[in-house]
Formats: sequence, structure tokens, C-alpha cells
Amino acid sequence: MKINRTIKYEADRVRGFAREIMSIPGCEALYSCIQCGTCSGACPLSIYMDYSPRQVMALVRSDFKNEVLASHTVWLCASCYACTVECPRQIRITDIMYGLKQRAIKEAIYPRHFPIPILAKEFTKMIRSKGRITETLLVMNLFLKANWLAVLSSWRLGLGLIRTGRFVIRHERIERRAELASMLNGGNGRPANVTKEIA
Amino acid sequence: MKYSYFPGCSLKGLGRAYEESLLPVMRHLGAELVELEDWNCCGATAYMSVDEEKACILAARNLSIAQKAGPHDLLTPCSACYLVLNKTKHFLVDSPSIKQSVEGALKKANLAYGGNTPVRHPLDVLVHDIGLDVIKEKVVRPLKGLKVAPYYGCQVVRPYATFDDAWNPTTMDRLLATLGAEVVPYPLKTKCCGASLTGTVPEAGLRLTYILLKEAVRRGAHVIATICPLCQFNLDAYHDQIVRRWGAARIPTVYFTQLMGLAFGMDPKTLGLQRNFIPFHLPTTVQPAPVAAHA
Repeated sequence: MKINRTIKYEADRVRGFAREIMSIPGCEALYSCIQCGTCSGACPLSIYMDYSPRQVMALVRSDFKNEVLASHTVWLCASCYACTVECPRQIRITDIMYGLKQRAIKEAIYPRHFPIPILAKEFTKMIRSKGRITETLLVMNLFLKANWLAVLSSWRLGLGLIRTGRFVIRHERIERRAELASMLNGGNGRPANVTKEIA
Repeated sequence: MKYSYFPGCSLKGLGRAYEESLLPVMRHLGAELVELEDWNCCGATAYMSVDEEKACILAARNLSIAQKAGPHDLLTPCSACYLVLNKTKHFLVDSPSIKQSVEGALKKANLAYGGNTPVRHPLDVLVHDIGLDVIKEKVVRPLKGLKVAPYYGCQVVRPYATFDDAWNPTTMDRLLATLGAEVVPYPLKTKCCGASLTGTVPEAGLRLTYILLKEAVRRGAHVIATICPLCQFNLDAYHDQIVRRWGAARIPTVYFTQLMGLAFGMDPKTLGLQRNFIPFHLPTTVQPAPVAAHA
């Protein structure tokens, strides 16, 4: 029988994590979160989350890195910015969620077989090689990587796209792909380790 | 009036009907759109989830190509592109470290960005630059009796709503009324459509889509008008799955530019209306277009 401890210990904290997240532009206001729960109320997806956005704010501020990075919450955020606009303390909650997604991908501790990080990865890969996204090809890649069954259940959607002339099978691409690649490769003067890690 | 035009990937793919209707409508109103040369993907929400610095580099490449093209505003119809380009402009001001790496990356491509190209949505340009009076003059086929639910979605009005209100935007309402349509009250106008969750986590994503459709039906609308290619896809393409899960909420969803084109007397086919999963037809209260209404 697998049992879980329901309270957190001091030793579970990863010192410095809150400071790291608050260094994202506009996210320093997390210090002033009053835990009012407006974000959770405004969020259209909070009813599916294991930790509500309010709880994520509290966990981040208290350095509970592993808990937030492994949670479903950050991956269910659809970036609708409802929380960010509503927050009475002007905390850029959506940007905090992005910061958490980036770290979860970088450290590969997102929930296994969850399709959203795989989508993000396939998306960035296609941009790096073609410069543009061809949506239908992207979705096919995603299905192949994440869920074979989804291909079968979506055949009607595919047929519909072909019928309406929206199914594009030729890659959209830019001319100066090498230029873009060089900009993205260590454009910051640091090695491009992120994409290597998730590739 | 001349604008630089950043279509974004969707308008060349799933959302091609948006471009097919936007271009003739803008031309008809005397606005010239010049497509950015060799533009790249904005990165949308996905690149931001992997690396914000590189996401900003992607957007900055487009911004600097626009700046090079001339002192025109940059017009971008897709909500994600609109958000990312504006967000990058904010990051370049707020974060010296991002600014530094973006500048370094641009330099490699002999590009530079001064930071002041206005990034604007067609809705903003249509209502505030061209004006409802001019649009009204072009209406040869008023959309009389057509009940429309105006749906704005998230990322045009939030968080950088510069031309309209974040919770109760009204620019599209006024535009549709100018076309002669009846705008039904639609309180979900800025509620999230589920974005890419419709494909990745359908239980959660498709339910959001279903709620939007059902409310539009309940309000008596004939059609939902949208300003975003992903919203249009979600609201249009998943009806068979939605029916199986929660029951029918059948209503077509079209781009606001397609309704403009119809009101200007243009042929539905040239506006990409044949690309809908749920077909849209004008009600019989709308008179046929006068012959040779537009050149």
C-alpha cells in the first residue's frame, strides 16, 4: 500500500526556488500575494487541477519546488491570462506558470505521458528546423509520440480537414533557416542546453 | 493606409479562411497590407513554455523585419501572435538580460530593433483607424436579422488590452452592429476556448468549448463571430466529439472578417466560408447582394 504524508516538512523545501521564480520580469510581486484565491476563481481550468493556482502561488513562495513542478496544474494552464488580469496584487501569474513549465521541462520532472510538454517539445523542434509551424503535421507528430489511439479516434477530424481544404501536408518553411538557427543557438551567449535536454 | 502584415502560421494552415477573408476586406476598405518578408513563427504559447529568452528572439526577429520594412504599424490577426509580439516588447523593456540576449541574437542576422513598432490587431485598425463610418458606407448587404454572438477569446484583450476592455470588450459588437447584424448579449465573450487542451486533454479543453457553444445557442444566436484562428478551429471542428460527450450544441463559427465580406457583397467562396465544418448560411431576412457590388 502506497501512503502519502499529508503535511509538508521544512526539509521538503528547495531553498532559493522562490527567489529564482520571482526573478522573472514582473513576477517579483509574488512576495505580496495575499492568498485571496481570486486567481483560482478566475481560472477556467482550476476545477481540474491538483493544486489550485492560489496553492501554487503559496507553494512557490515557500520553496516547494518538487511539488509544483510535478503537479498537473502548470500543464493545464491554457495561458488565458484571466488570473493575471484579475489579481489584486498585480502578480503576473501566467508568467509564473510559464516559468514553472520551463523548469519542469528542463529538469524533466513533468508528469509522464502528459501530452502537453510533448507538444511544446515538438513545436519548438519544428520551429528550429523549418521556422514555421505546419499545424496538421505537428499534430500528427504529437499523436505518434504521445498517443497512438488518438490517431484512430481523430480520423473523422482529419477527413474533415481534408474535405475543407485545411489539411496541409507540405511543410511551411522560411528562406533563411540557417539565420534563424544561429539566432536560437546560444543567442544568449550560453549553450543551447534546454532543447538538447528535452530532445 | 499602409500596414506591415504578419499572418502567422495558422493563417496559412487551419485558419486560412481568416486570411482569405481579411485580405479582400482590407483591400476593399483601402488599406494596403504588405506581408513581412521571410517571417517566422511567433512561438505561440509553446516556445514560451520551453524558453522565454528564445521565444523573445523569435518574436524580435519578426519585429525587426517589420521595422526594416518601414514606419508602418504591424498588423497581426492571430491572437497568439498578437500576444507574443506585444509581450516581447514588454520583456525588452522590463528585462535588461532578455534585451541583451535578444540584441545579441539579432546582431548575428544583421538585424536590429528599436522597440517602437506598434503591433496591432485588425479589429483595432478597422474600428479606430478606418472607422465604423467608412465601413458602414461599404455595406451593400446589411446582415438584417442575423443574430451573432461576438466571441473575443483570451489573448487579444488579455493581458495587453490597449484598444478595448479586458472583460467586456465591445469593438467587435459595434462593428457587427454596423454591418446590420443583431448582436446578442454573450457574457462568455472573453472566456477561454480551451486552446490546445481540446486536443491534448479533451475532457477539460472540449468542455470549455462546449460551454461556449451551448451558451451561444441558448442566447438564440445563429452564428458565433471570432477573431482568432484557434478559437475558430475549436468551436467549429469538434462538434462530433462534443455531441458524443455532452450532447448537441450545433452552431457555426466564422471569422468576423467573413461577416464583413458578406455585408460588402462578396461571394462566400472567396471568403473561405466553404472551409467550415458546421456550414454557415445567411438567414432569409438578409437580401441577396446587388449585382457586381464589389470590384
